[in-house]
Amino acid sequence: MTGTILWTILILSGLGLVLAVVLFFIAKKFKVEEDPRIDEIEKALPGANCGGCGYAGCRAFASSAVAAPDLEKHFCPVGGNAVMKQVAAILGFELQEKAPQVAVLRCNGSCEARPRVNTYDGLQSCRVKASLYSGDTLCAYGCLGCGDCEEACAFGALHINPQTLLPEIDEEKCTACGACVKACPRTLLELRNKGPRGMREFVACRNRDKGPVAKKACANACIGCGMCFRTCTHGAIVFENNVSYIDFSKCKLCRECEAMCPTGSIHGVGFPKPLDKEAVKERIRKRKEEAAHA
Amino acid sequence: MEKLLISPSPHVRSGASTQKIMRDVLIALTPAELLAILVYGWSEILLLVVGVTACVLFEWAITKWMLGKPSTIGDLSAAVTGLLLVMNLPSSTPWWIAVIGALFAIGVAKMSFGGLGQNLFNPAIAARVFLLISFPQQMTDWTATPGFIHATDAISGATLLGVYGEGGMEALTAAGYPTNHRLFFDIGGSVGEISAGLLLLGFIYLLCRKVVKIWIPLSIIGTVALIAGIFYTVNPAVYTGAVFNIMSGGLLLGAFFMATDYVTSPMSAWGGVVYGIGIGVIVMMIRYFGSYPEGMSFAILIMNCAVPLINRAFHSRKYGRA
Amino acid sequence: MPKITFPIGGVHPHDSKFAADRPIEVLPLPPVAYVSMAQHLGAPAKPVVAVGDAVKVGQVIAEPGGFISAFVHSPVSGTVKSIAPRKDLAGNMVPHIEIAVEGDEWAEGIDLSDTLVTAIPDDPAAIIEKIKACGIVGLGGATFPTHVKLAPPPGKKAECLILNGTECEPYLTSDYRIMLERPKEILIGAALMQKALGGCRAVVGIEENKPEAVKVMRAAIAELGLPQIEVAVLKKKYPQGGEKQLIAAVMRREVKSGALPIDAGAVVQNVGTSLAVYEAVQKNKPLITNVLTVTGKMLPAERQHNYLYRIGMPLSFIIEQAGGVPEGAVKLVSGGPMMGKAIANPDAATVKGSSSVLYLGAEDTVRKEATACIRCGRCADACPMGLEPFLLNRLCKAGDLEALEANAMQDCIECGCCIYSCPANIPLLDRFRIAKGQVIGAIRARAAAQKQ
Repeated sequence: MTGTILWTILILSGLGLVLAVVLFFIAKKFKVEEDPRIDEIEKALPGANCGGCGYAGCRAFASSAVAAPDLEKHFCPVGGNAVMKQVAAILGFELQEKAPQVAVLRCNGSCEARPRVNTYDGLQSCRVKASLYSGDTLCAYGCLGCGDCEEACAFGALHINPQTLLPEIDEEKCTACGACVKACPRTLLELRNKGPRGMREFVACRNRDKGPVAKKACANACIGCGMCFRTCTHGAIVFENNVSYIDFSKCKLCRECEAMCPTGSIHGVGFPKPLDKEAVKERIRKRKEEAAHA
Repeated sequence: MEKLLISPSPHVRSGASTQKIMRDVLIALTPAELLAILVYGWSEILLLVVGVTACVLFEWAITKWMLGKPSTIGDLSAAVTGLLLVMNLPSSTPWWIAVIGALFAIGVAKMSFGGLGQNLFNPAIAARVFLLISFPQQMTDWTATPGFIHATDAISGATLLGVYGEGGMEALTAAGYPTNHRLFFDIGGSVGEISAGLLLLGFIYLLCRKVVKIWIPLSIIGTVALIAGIFYTVNPAVYTGAVFNIMSGGLLLGAFFMATDYVTSPMSAWGGVVYGIGIGVIVMMIRYFGSYPEGMSFAILIMNCAVPLINRAFHSRKYGRA
Repeated sequence: MPKITFPIGGVHPHDSKFAADRPIEVLPLPPVAYVSMAQHLGAPAKPVVAVGDAVKVGQVIAEPGGFISAFVHSPVSGTVKSIAPRKDLAGNMVPHIEIAVEGDEWAEGIDLSDTLVTAIPDDPAAIIEKIKACGIVGLGGATFPTHVKLAPPPGKKAECLILNGTECEPYLTSDYRIMLERPKEILIGAALMQKALGGCRAVVGIEENKPEAVKVMRAAIAELGLPQIEVAVLKKKYPQGGEKQLIAAVMRREVKSGALPIDAGAVVQNVGTSLAVYEAVQKNKPLITNVLTVTGKMLPAERQHNYLYRIGMPLSFIIEQAGGVPEGAVKLVSGGPMMGKAIANPDAATVKGSSSVLYLGAEDTVRKEATACIRCGRCADACPMGLEPFLLNRLCKAGDLEALEANAMQDCIECGCCIYSCPANIPLLDRFRIAKGQVIGAIRARAAAQKQ
């Protein structure tokens, strides 16, 4: 009995020893030399592997960053400037800070404003829907509401509102990784600068149809009237293809365009006070009168 | 006009459904089970009701309270598992063992893997093996319970495979082999083994309804016939023959209804052949050389493990890629 | 003669050819026609008329926008009212020429008589030129410009011209009707294409459920004395009319993955295309009409129709002519029930390839909720390309493009057999269309990178 136990222990220990030696030499022989900074950078990164930086994951980002001549093409949107500062320190680069961004939805065609004219009965996926049809509404540019963006978001920052069938973005959770931007077949989601104290202005519509067509499809559509373009005194409005777009580098957040928009397709976010449309319109009218006098 | 329905093509379907498939399996198993009820009487009815109800209830409870998903009992797969489980038990099994079996089949072998379509092992077989190991005495008590028709003189005793496993060829000859063997009616063993003929009838029904394909059962039976044939030819004094092995025990029940389970068998025809051969070899090795008299359950479980590998190795023939 | 078919997969939907016995009727002219600039595969056509121009029937109103593109002719006579984007049947904006109909004045040189012209021109190049000038595209569904298909790249030779008269899609009867009513024209069209291809044999493939058509076509062959053309009777199995399946059935040859039919020595043309070729070359009539079936299970026999329509007629006009949308129809499909497109916008105009207005009732078409895959393998048994949809579906969900390519996602012909046969109602093909595009995109990107 004791003999059996003894033998068992001896044989197993011997086996373990032999294998350990073999493993040791194999590990030595096939060791891959790696830049130790890759590990360091990877540790500094958030580790979400979201792909928001354009690389396959945090490690791919790290190994690419080590080889890069500067950090121009490497920015971790999730970690933001804080993390990039650490990365830059590891690599000995100077960091150019980037303005924090957030995803915004450029469609405000809620169920109420944009009636469903068809019933879609296929796989609930925006991509599938968009590949065959203009959707179940008359708007061929708007949100399809199947939630591809919600699925793509690794941070749970996007949720389809069952009332409007539009995604809503949780600014606290959004890391501006850009996954939703890529997932949306209509490119309705856009990364925009968060703006000073979180204030920003954008056109929540991409409908390029002519006014009457757009209006028929959706009450909230940009009808391409150009009112915002004519009102803006900062040259921030790009107006082409029957739809406006606000260039955030030029926008001074005066909210005049928002006040003048007849369909309410221009949205202001993060402002401390709600927009007093009449007051702003009055201000614009006075300014125009003065200009006419002069 | 009303809203139009839009969807990607195709716009029509064959009308096949999981429920219809499972219903066909239930229908196919009915003749053998009916005969079993006639022969084994009230105790079999009790087992049947308890086993099937328990499986369906457990599935309902697990989907509702543990997974919080819509119930899947409507697809009848739990009922099929329940019926197969009951057919894999001796008629004298106490009802509570059937409940434990149902809990293991549905709770452990099926739902813990993710439910229908995800399970690695056939739930009914996994449960049978679990019970065989946990309750060896009850699970090998082949005392036939009194039925509605007077069955035969052989009311009690071990199965022929059991006799062979215990005492070898000598004991088997003493028990009446090879004459004491009938195609349509054979008592001893699990209730589902009662009639090779009625099982075959059910299988032919499934074939006609295109629910299953013939490759897996054919390769199992073929392999068993080949191995038994060779061994019997070499030494008939020690080894049992091909017909005896095919007709005995759960081989036909397993080959027709359990090895062909969609979820736990290979997808391609050639994969199915390999799988069947594997089952045939293992079952014969267990019967000839193993310590268990019957090896069908073990053989199927072991080959279930190999299915993912077989699926990797065998693919269907693709057009234009010869 | 033994019936032939393709070797892998296939399904057997009920053929539902309710309109088979209804002769072709000519529809009246609509008040307005909308001619799409994107009614063929390839680059959209470029308009060559201006708003306010007066046009005649058969006059060129748009020219090819690229190598793979086609001429577009006016289907009506009248005045061009606008050239602007308009919603197609899927609701997407596509440039259309809107023509207000005034009278029915045809352009000069078009032979409108019924006389059969049997003499085959001698010059293959002239035939192809004529086909191109008349804007002929494949009418089997894909609308690939015919003149491109009839001019194989150098070094490749057509051995067999296959005329597709299988009409394997349920419900559709337009090809059947033209085979019954215009067999000689179809066969002369085939002879013209044989000539254009430099001489090769031709086989007309017809499914066994159309014995009348087989008889009529064989009789016409004998009467016209065309020994180079034969009729092959094919088993009834969907998708028999798929190009690759038809080649496998008729020639017992498979087109290699990624290759074109011509690489296997085959050119496949629909019988409707053949008729259009006859009219173009022998009668100088451009492709401005086609035959379409209006059908549905809920329609009584007298409301089943086969119509000769002018391309550009709004679908709603045809629906109205046929008595309106019947009670119980929840889905309108343009094309067959297996591969056709559901109509989102009934105001859309017909295009060259429009083959039907099909009404489907809720019990036939509404999708049931998808349940768990039971790994029954029916999808793999049904796939005519021998793919394994259950596996591809899993890979699609995982987004594994490499594995998808290794498992031949790019070979999918989108026939719909997988969804058709799935007992768990899993929307397999819905996913595959997207994945196939991604895989083909990846393959092309790799090829482009290698070239550089």
